[in-house]
Amino acid sequence: MADIQLDPGIDREIDRSHMQVLDEVAIQITKMNKWFGAFHVLRDIDMTVNRGERIVVCGPSGSGKSTLIRCINRLEEHQSGKIVVDGTELTSDLKNIDKVRSEVGMVFQHFNLFPHLTILENCTLAPIWVRKTPRKEAEEIAMHFLEKVKIPEQALKYPGQLSGGQQQRVAIARSLCMKPRIMLFDEPTSALDPEMIKEVLDTMIALAEEGMTMICVTHEMGFAQAVANRVIFMDQGQIVEQNEPYEFFRNPQSERTKLFLSQILGH
Amino acid sequence: MSDTHAQTVAYVRDTMLPEQIPPVTERGVVKWMRENLFNGVLSTILTVLSLLAVAWAVMAIGPWLLNSVWNAGSLSECRQILDGTSGACWGVIKDRFHQLMLGFYPRHLYWRPITTLILLFVALGPILYPWVPRKMLWFSAAFPFLGYFLLWGGSIWFPISVALGFVVGYAVLVLMRPTGTLIATSAAIIAPVVWWLVAAGTFAGWAHAVLPLGIEGVRSDRFGGFLISLVIGFTGIGLSLPLGILLALGRQSNMVLIKSVCVVFIEFIRGVPLITLLFTAQLLLGYFLPPGTTFDLILRVVIMVTLFAAAYIAEVVRGGLAALPRGQYEAADALGLDYWRAQRLIIMPQALKISIPGIVNTFIGLFKDTTLVVFIGLLDPVGLSNAIRASSDWQGIYWELFIFIGAVFFIFCFGMSRYSMYLERRLRTDHR
Ligand SMILES: Nc1ncnc2c1ncn2[C@@H]1O[C@H](COP(=O)(O)OP(=O)(O)OP(=O)(O)O)[C@@H](O)[C@H]1O
Ligand SMILES: [Mg+2]
Repeated sequence: MADIQLDPGIDREIDRSHMQVLDEVAIQITKMNKWFGAFHVLRDIDMTVNRGERIVVCGPSGSGKSTLIRCINRLEEHQSGKIVVDGTELTSDLKNIDKVRSEVGMVFQHFNLFPHLTILENCTLAPIWVRKTPRKEAEEIAMHFLEKVKIPEQALKYPGQLSGGQQQRVAIARSLCMKPRIMLFDEPTSALDPEMIKEVLDTMIALAEEGMTMICVTHEMGFAQAVANRVIFMDQGQIVEQNEPYEFFRNPQSERTKLFLSQILGH
Repeated sequence: MSDTHAQTVAYVRDTMLPEQIPPVTERGVVKWMRENLFNGVLSTILTVLSLLAVAWAVMAIGPWLLNSVWNAGSLSECRQILDGTSGACWGVIKDRFHQLMLGFYPRHLYWRPITTLILLFVALGPILYPWVPRKMLWFSAAFPFLGYFLLWGGSIWFPISVALGFVVGYAVLVLMRPTGTLIATSAAIIAPVVWWLVAAGTFAGWAHAVLPLGIEGVRSDRFGGFLISLVIGFTGIGLSLPLGILLALGRQSNMVLIKSVCVVFIEFIRGVPLITLLFTAQLLLGYFLPPGTTFDLILRVVIMVTLFAAAYIAEVVRGGLAALPRGQYEAADALGLDYWRAQRLIIMPQALKISIPGIVNTFIGLFKDTTLVVFIGLLDPVGLSNAIRASSDWQGIYWELFIFIGAVFFIFCFGMSRYSMYLERRLRTDHR
């Protein structure tokens, strides 16, 4: 596997000047366990994410990747262990949960835009109601981010009128409007047609270039190679292996990782 | 064949023929009839049969309608005018119009129900149509109390002290918010109930003693006709929607106590005929209330009709909630919206939109069911029609009264149905 060509899709130069991993801890997960009924989904997860890190999480289907990142903003509740996000520990205390959620943005596989609201309203809703931003200012912020994801002209349309790729970029803009310090992505491109994957990945790369702390569950290995500073491989609810991308792809340690990589890279 | 050119091939036409009018069978009325009425043997037979049925109905009713008598003070006078021919005797509607509309409401106070009706439409404006200025919603919120005051009269302090209950609830909600959604919500529900049961009457009496403001009172037993139908119908509709939504949310709650209360309530109410609830309202409710409280019969009926419709609305709304993908809840959560905001801004607008046909269906049912109050002695239009037919002047008249009552109900129900279609069209934001 000397010089594997991971993805010819990412052809642009990546500006790494703002991609710095700081010493500050953004997310600290210690000895975290989660069960769905009797099913042990996440086992003894230990993970530290520093500010500015761009982490790609991969692994076979059902390995608990989604569950892991959904625990970080408490869409799923963990049963033991500790999750601290930006200094706030996630407990059943609703105030802490709200605080964490307003700091952490999330992008879903199926976009989950609000179909009864226009693109602009989708983007201004949370700033207005959660952050209490005045409407006018919220709209300016929204337009700023819609320009960033390159669809300001769609602002007054409804989600149903946009293509999948456009919808996903709106979903990213919607999260960014809350000015989150951490972004979570759960397979943001796997519901998209190939030609739309690139536009979404481009948006994510642009975000990484600005120094955003990101955790992405994705099978886009080209993205991992180009942008990530760390790749985490999960299997059966455990973190099996993690490494910086170059080493991860060229020099996988465990058998399970090798098997997974050979399947996903088609070797 | 790849190098075929129009110039070299003689049989390729080089000018377009002018457009021709399609043959008669493919045009206008004839085409429409072919496609819609005579499209095959079965269709033709059905069309002919339907035409025969329509013709028969017109022949049967037409002459009777055409031969209408509008001015007659009694059935015998009417028969005299008709002189043996068959004809409709609308004189009864004209003679008893006020009664059919307002029952025995005092004549010199007729302006009050009429004003209330006009104000009702004003209040509905901002709720039904988005182009009415939003500020008008304040009037809509105040209308129930204003309407009550106009219709029943008495001291103005009574409706005001009832309205204060909502202010109390809101104040408690704001004050308790820091303690968390659940506690704040429960407190905001309990506080106004306590106010109404314990303090509202005393407050109204005290305020009236200090500052007696009021208009002539009208007792409930003077109400009748469409006034009763509309009061019960519109109050029931206005109250059952919010209550039904709360019940639907309660049924989805993961708090066992709230959930089971809602389930038991919904299943009980749905499992009981409305008429038994109305009899309960008439007979039993009096026993449960503290002695000495006079509890208006119309109010009792409104409560029962509301509870009944709310149980149905709850199930309709639950259907709408179930149709929403989980991702909508998750996206709302992930953005940091709390439970009530997520419900109000994300979940309910979509769930209610899906539920519009079912909700309107329930409303129409509720409105028509108001005629059941005749069985507990209220003189709604049907009850009045019985009374009118029992009078010596109009003994023996049937059709005209029922046709008139039916027509008025139809206008309201058809209006609701049309409005719901308009609303569905207006709210359609997906595929367009
Ligand atoms: N709400 C739930 N209730 C019960 N089991 C669940 C629930 N959500 C997920 N699971 C189970 O937990 C396991 C991990 O699910 P998860 O969605 O985290 O996997 P994943 O790694 O994201 O997989 P994929 O690549 O298919 O998205 C799966 O076996 C799944 O069936
Ligand atoms: Mg997943």
